[in-house]
Amino acid sequence: MSIFIDRSTRLVVQGITGREGAFHTRQMLEYGTTVAAGVTPGKGGQKFENRVPIFNTVAEAVRATKANCSVIYVPPMAAAGAIFEAVDAGIPLVVCITEGIPVMHMSRVMPFVRSRGARLIGPNCPGLITPGASKVGIIPGNICAPGRVGLVSRSGTLTYEVVNHLTRSGIGQSTCVGIGGDPIIGTDFIDCLRAFQDDPGTDAIVVIGEIGGTDEQNAAAFVKQKVTKPVIGFIAGQTAPKGRRMGHAGAIISGSSGTAEEKLAAFEAAGIGIMRRPVDVVALLKSKL
Amino acid sequence: MNLHEYQARALLRTAGIAMLDGDVASTPTEAESIARRLGGSVVIKAQVHAGGRGKAGGVKLARNPGEALDHAAEILGMTIKGLEVHKVLVVPAADIATESYLGLIMDRETQRPVFMVSSAGGIDIEEVAAKTPEKILRLPVDPTYGLLPHQALTLAFALYSDFTQVKAAARIIEQLYAVFTANGCSLAEINPLVTTPSGQVLALDAKIVIDDNELFWRPDLGLLRDDTAEEPSEAVARRANLSFIKLEGNVGCVVNGAGLAMATMDLVKYYGGEPANFLDIGGSSNPEKVISALKIITSDPNVKAILFNIFGGITRTDDVANGIVAATRQFKVKVPIVIRLTGTNEAEAIKILEAVGMRALSDMDQAVEQVVRLAREAA
Repeated sequence: MSIFIDRSTRLVVQGITGREGAFHTRQMLEYGTTVAAGVTPGKGGQKFENRVPIFNTVAEAVRATKANCSVIYVPPMAAAGAIFEAVDAGIPLVVCITEGIPVMHMSRVMPFVRSRGARLIGPNCPGLITPGASKVGIIPGNICAPGRVGLVSRSGTLTYEVVNHLTRSGIGQSTCVGIGGDPIIGTDFIDCLRAFQDDPGTDAIVVIGEIGGTDEQNAAAFVKQKVTKPVIGFIAGQTAPKGRRMGHAGAIISGSSGTAEEKLAAFEAAGIGIMRRPVDVVALLKSKL
Repeated sequence: MNLHEYQARALLRTAGIAMLDGDVASTPTEAESIARRLGGSVVIKAQVHAGGRGKAGGVKLARNPGEALDHAAEILGMTIKGLEVHKVLVVPAADIATESYLGLIMDRETQRPVFMVSSAGGIDIEEVAAKTPEKILRLPVDPTYGLLPHQALTLAFALYSDFTQVKAAARIIEQLYAVFTANGCSLAEINPLVTTPSGQVLALDAKIVIDDNELFWRPDLGLLRDDTAEEPSEAVARRANLSFIKLEGNVGCVVNGAGLAMATMDLVKYYGGEPANFLDIGGSSNPEKVISALKIITSDPNVKAILFNIFGGITRTDDVANGIVAATRQFKVKVPIVIRLTGTNEAEAIKILEAVGMRALSDMDQAVEQVVRLAREAA
């Protein structure tokens, strides 16, 4: 079992003929993801690598291929429009990899996504993977292994670091979700925690947060109230200076709020096992399982 | 990107927001002539991206053009929180009856622009928010519909009881929302919003932060960036498309990915070292970026050892290895380099490095422990 994506996921790739889109489509196909369609306006009727039909619009792709999930690799200035298009075409799960979308655009996108009952993952995220079943996004498939630990993270490569430790220690994953490093994102920690709690295929949950905002604090409160499965967590940015944007647009301590200390304290109060180092994930999980 | 006060004022004035006249000066003589034109007492304000300008002596009252010349001469060239003052703003000294706070931020939690107003103005709004949140009215705006007339009025009524002033404030609130959306702001703040003894409502000081993601397609806003207001190495890094922040430690860090970069700095600290910087070379592997990164880090004399921490997913570790080799051919790196790389094309990367006598580790903890030890030995 898994959350959000599985073998029934039929993917449409928005921006399939772009450099990033083409590269990652090949990787996803290789991993075994069902890539049902691609979209590049003006290239409708062509095929990607002689196998994936390309359409001019997402709506056409959905009509022709019954795609039920979209992944977006289009440049920042077109990305908000791509999310609107996917949701408007009735896609229930939209994963936006693109980094650099203006926050103002996202504040217009989100009310629309919610009004249609769709789920957006990202933007500025590595996507998600249900090892052995489906990969949507850019998480390297070879570092993951099927199993029963759910993982949710605001980061990309830090997620790979932690997943790599898990896989090498023989601990597989149900689903790994990168929710993205932007200030406004579609799916937050709580959405993933709720899904993992309800997923019979997940026994324990790893939360990888970072400085900035209150998502981790909210997640901790949710864990305390609603999550019965063991949860362990990591917060990146303990040495980050205040008021500086640490790469991710959302990783910034504003005034005195959003610090690592504050988030770690919230984790501790909620009974979340704290990883001091990424490598601690293995020992901590083993002690909880 | 932070705007200077004079730049923020210009955006607000262009939008028609009632403000006092004033101008920016780069020399004492310019300040003097602005003061002469304005007449009466003026305030000379240092234009730097730092809070507490007043306490640092960067804001002074001048009663005549001569004093304006003297104060500008003192303030120009002074250093506030490490930043040199290159410009001063000269504005008339206002007669103030009341001070309020009016701010608009892009709020993460509600995912919308949120207005904050408080009649406890001219103060640190964060402090008010922490200690007496009931003194602040917060109002989220749905960007689908924009700021609605009754919302602007509600906010204005929270500040004033005189209906003429309420109407004037509501108009300023609408204009501020227009500035915010037209310029892709993440923050637009008028602090203080004042009333004069004659009852006029005026914006006295302005602060604007522009979402960096807007700059890509808004070159007009990008022109407002003041390179001299940044740490020089950070300006160089930005032009090389590197996400870099200088810190005080002696362990230089080159990492791919922001989260891993932060975790690497934290691990340096965990093993008893101090990171010299945050640096994310990004997802795509480009040897040029590695060369720029090494140049920037080695130009910091505090750096005693350098750590590469690369987890190859999209980034190809052999590209990074090629970058390291090319950089060390271009210029001599005088401090030890510890390289950790794992993932995509790891075997090729190790071969490339070994061919020039360099070693690579695959374990992050081992690499960090080693670089911290080397930095300590060299210090």
